[in-house]
Amino acid sequence: MSLLSPAWTALLYLAAAVLFILALMGLNSPRTARRGNLVGAAGAVLGVATVFLSARLENIPWILAAIAVGAAVAAPVARRVKMTQMPQLVAAFNGVGGGAAALVALLELAHTPDAWVRLAIAFTLLVGAVSFAGSAVTFAKLQELMTTRPVVFPGLPVIMAGVLLAAVGAGVAVVLAGWLPLAVLLLVLGLAAGVLLVLPVGGADVPIVISLLNAFTGLAVAASGLVLGNVLLLVAGTLVGASGTILTRAMAAAMGRSVAGILFGAFRGGSTAGSTAVSERPVRSSNAEDVAVLLGYAQRVIIVPGYGLAVAQGQHTAAELAKALQMRGIQVDFAIHPVAGRMPGHMNVLLAEANVPYEELKEMTEINSEFKTADVALVVGANDVVNPAAKTTSGSPIYGMPILEVADARQVVFLKRSMRPGFAGIENELLYEPQTTLLFGDAKDSLTKVLGAVKAL
Amino acid sequence: MDGISLLTITVLAVFVGFEVVSKVSSTLHTPLMSGANAIHGIILVGAIIVAGQASDPWVLAVALLAVVLATANLVGGFVVTDRMLEMFRGRRTGPVDREGPR
Repeated sequence: MSLLSPAWTALLYLAAAVLFILALMGLNSPRTARRGNLVGAAGAVLGVATVFLSARLENIPWILAAIAVGAAVAAPVARRVKMTQMPQLVAAFNGVGGGAAALVALLELAHTPDAWVRLAIAFTLLVGAVSFAGSAVTFAKLQELMTTRPVVFPGLPVIMAGVLLAAVGAGVAVVLAGWLPLAVLLLVLGLAAGVLLVLPVGGADVPIVISLLNAFTGLAVAASGLVLGNVLLLVAGTLVGASGTILTRAMAAAMGRSVAGILFGAFRGGSTAGSTAVSERPVRSSNAEDVAVLLGYAQRVIIVPGYGLAVAQGQHTAAELAKALQMRGIQVDFAIHPVAGRMPGHMNVLLAEANVPYEELKEMTEINSEFKTADVALVVGANDVVNPAAKTTSGSPIYGMPILEVADARQVVFLKRSMRPGFAGIENELLYEPQTTLLFGDAKDSLTKVLGAVKAL
Repeated sequence: MDGISLLTITVLAVFVGFEVVSKVSSTLHTPLMSGANAIHGIILVGAIIVAGQASDPWVLAVALLAVVLATANLVGGFVVTDRMLEMFRGRRTGPVDREGPR
């Protein structure tokens, strides 16, 4: 049964596409972001309602049951996930979207006599499968189900090239012959390519890969729109593909890396492969009381939060410490590196969760010149984003990445778990400087102790 | 719809996609990526169309799997983005405990 004429269907799809564009525009600014997301959800509801009312559908009870299952699985997970684990959840949702696009293309093969449409099918199969398998590996890395370090083995480039060549061959065969087993073969090759693509990527770069795979899924969805002749899928997929590409480049730029360097860097040995060896050089370590004195009698303190803070769930304690210092008349700001946490903007989310006012979160470009005026820079669970090697050591894996200039502050205090290097696995010379004090321990424990000592001053 | 119209739409959508995100501050990169991630869950529409045409039980089974996966992408994507953005709002009202439901 179809209640809507083709013209009405097209108009409603257009409206849904416009809602998606408005959603992305809304997500541009903190004030409108939440509304933007809801507008996007409205667009999705409109699109799904339209397909039920316009297409001649069989099996509607089955379809509704499948939607209920998908929603019942995803919504509670999305609502309960810890904010620190959010990057891997986004990766998982992205992967299943890519998988869905590939399955849709696979099933459409039987209905298409047109070679051009089969080209779009081959593209969707390959890219969707790459996105699915790549996201699965990304998820495993972020969830630390496997090593976060780059996985490289001899012959990997050769195998990758072989898989891609075979995929192109299978793709051409699918376009020419439209034979289902070949399409399944293409799907399998796509899965293999996705795994091989992400394996050599180091842990610190994984978020950028999520963004890239997000763009891939967008492209797969756009191509499936061509396959089905559905304008909404075409526009929504293209929007995500294009915006995802820009976003990926912006994220990579924030880390001073190129996307190609991230994907293929491990082959050249110049990637995030570093050492996890513990250094034995002497450092000046201190106790919570001394750190509290440093902080409590400062005029200006800049807190630099990193992933260690998030892992220790210490963001609430950090916020309390900031408040305690402000009660003493000290100016406190949070300096947020673009890639602090595990995704760009991740740290902002974590601190917002801890009720740190938005105005106290300063972006790197805004605060870097102000470290000179700071008495203490308090680095909590961050390492690579304040490592001067990014400026001075041209051979370093993070060379060229913009860093927070904490070395300009009069005193630098690091709260660290151990002397183990950061995610990128490189030594931080700043730890050995005379102005640097270290306080070892879990970020949350250390902050709690320092907070107690500040209150006792 | 003919090929040229589809191509026109695609090209224009590429430019819109480039344009809407070119000026985003890094603060919002994560929610933006997550929001864009939710939007491509609209592949659900495609999965529904395919499932609605299926007559063979195997085809229907695979199509329903696609529906489940696409719904997870769509619903989960919007919910997790909303949770992230919820934290950006109304924080000047005081130290309310905003721990999500456990």
